Amino acid sequence: MSNIPAELRYAKSHEWIRLEDDGTAYVGISEHAQEAMGDLVYVELPDVGAVVASSDETGVVESVKAASDIYAPVSGEIIAVNEALSDSPELVNQDCYGDGWLYQIKLSDKAELEDLLGAEDYAAQLEEDA
Amino acid sequence: MNREAQLIFDVSKAGRRAFSQAPKPVADDKLSDLPAGLRRQSKPMLPEVSELQVVRHYTNLSSKNFAIDKQFYPLGSCTMKYNPRGANRAAMLPGFLKRHPLAPESHSQGYLACLFELQEFLKEVTGMKGVSLTPMAGAQGEFAGVAMIRAYHEARNDHARTEILVPEAAHGTNPATAVMCGYKVREVPVNNNGDVDLEALKAACGPQTAGLMMTNPSTCGVFERQIEAIAKAVHESGGLLYYDGANLNAILGKVRPGDMGFDVIHMNLHKTFATPHGGGGPGAGPVGVSERLKPFLPTPIVGQDGDSYRWLSDADLPQTIGHLSAFMGNAGVLLRAYYYARALGREGMLRVGEYSSLAANYMLKRLQQVGYTAAYPERRASHEFIITLAKESKAFDVSAMDVAKRLLDYNQHAPTTYFPLLVPECLLIEPTETETKEALDEFIDAMAKILEEARENPELVKGAPYSQPVRRLDDVRAARELNLVWKPA
Repeated sequence: MSNIPAELRYAKSHEWIRLEDDGTAYVGISEHAQEAMGDLVYVELPDVGAVVASSDETGVVESVKAASDIYAPVSGEIIAVNEALSDSPELVNQDCYGDGWLYQIKLSDKAELEDLLGAEDYAAQLEEDA
Repeated sequence: MNREAQLIFDVSKAGRRAFSQAPKPVADDKLSDLPAGLRRQSKPMLPEVSELQVVRHYTNLSSKNFAIDKQFYPLGSCTMKYNPRGANRAAMLPGFLKRHPLAPESHSQGYLACLFELQEFLKEVTGMKGVSLTPMAGAQGEFAGVAMIRAYHEARNDHARTEILVPEAAHGTNPATAVMCGYKVREVPVNNNGDVDLEALKAACGPQTAGLMMTNPSTCGVFERQIEAIAKAVHESGGLLYYDGANLNAILGKVRPGDMGFDVIHMNLHKTFATPHGGGGPGAGPVGVSERLKPFLPTPIVGQDGDSYRWLSDADLPQTIGHLSAFMGNAGVLLRAYYYARALGREGMLRVGEYSSLAANYMLKRLQQVGYTAAYPERRASHEFIITLAKESKAFDVSAMDVAKRLLDYNQHAPTTYFPLLVPECLLIEPTETETKEALDEFIDAMAKILEEARENPELVKGAPYSQPVRRLDDVRAARELNLVWKPA
């Protein structure tokens, strides 16, 4: 079973989100997602300043065998993207919950976090899919 | 040094020459119009080899190709069928080969007659009302098709249509085409039997829907059974239906996209009509349309006036999306396809769909018998099918890629791997109608042996291939570092 940190919330489409004290949140893809993709060769990130609705497309991760869209787990404004990924997409494979984060978003409605899965439910979904 | 992977520079010896190829000395005054600053100071780096060494080097290299002329090539979604030699002979008749593209129509009547008839054959076999042969490849055909959808909506002042629906089982290039034509892509899920999720499709249709792009049979290797309901839902919302010709081989002569309700279709003559492809060579991606899209067809088209033929241009079709190439597509490819259509005739075309589907269903059943898992066990295969190695990958840590690489050691070209994306660890296998049963059996035997190896000695499969000039290529590095210029160490 892949690593699913308990303190994060998860989208069914395999993004994780981590709420910070200042009301912003970091978004990345889960360990299961990066494993399924294989070695990433390219990451496309949204524009800083873009205002997105939950489940909007907010980028693409591309590996040698697949390309997959990244969906916004919540609505809000993109306030930063992980610039390091343009030269080193492998960070997502190496440390998907840390240095391999994708972007930072300022939530427009914190209640949307409740619609996402907790670690246990996400683990159950992975079990079901397997 | 691995002789198999030798570069021509590796056999270079200072001072060795191929005299017939040697450049003649050029007097300085011949270079006088080249500014001094642009003239090179050092000699270019060229291998110094004999003429025989050059011939031998490249002949050996060419023999290393995996090719339909040498091996079974079941590359799913690519229709790697035999390219009949008769088609080459016909396309290389001096009258065709030496015809100047700007030659007047009166000097080109034979050529124009062939193209006109090809347009008519394609209309007949697809059930469409108009055909343009001009797109130079499948991707350009797709582009032309979606550009016509856009032109149609714009001509009606219907500017609210911003979305193209693409089922998960569509051909992989469709989303890219929609984006190139300025549309947003909305994905439509597929259910466990490989059919489009009809309720999800209906929910996605609306006044924003410009069209739907799909192929039928789909990339899941099964025929979309609800196509009438799908066409109805899209049409009722005001959208148009685009048919990707990727899988036309399965239904050639049997079911017509025009009868299924499609408004626009592109055909890959280099797949379905047996012209050579696979090396990035020239293709042909003609488009066919329903009545309402005819005014927008790309030009030129061949028209008939009484007994003679002429180019129809922008003056004849004022609403055309315009030209897509300098002249009209790849003449040689179109002529080969014309020969193929004439050689098969109506009867023969029916057999294409029948035998390609028979071959695929035979292989599917046999592969299941030897222990492989079908992705859609409830469904009959179309001209291709998917097996999934999800189970083997868990049990023996042997992936679809490992099996694909091991097949090379058995002198079989690998099937398409990891596509479509919705089936994990999958191989998409398309045998085509031009293979003998013996060729299919050889592939099945190889697959059976590889499954045995995966169970008993997984490391053997994971280390493959062993018989090729190089072993596993570093495909991650190849994708990350695109600089391909070779320099001496």
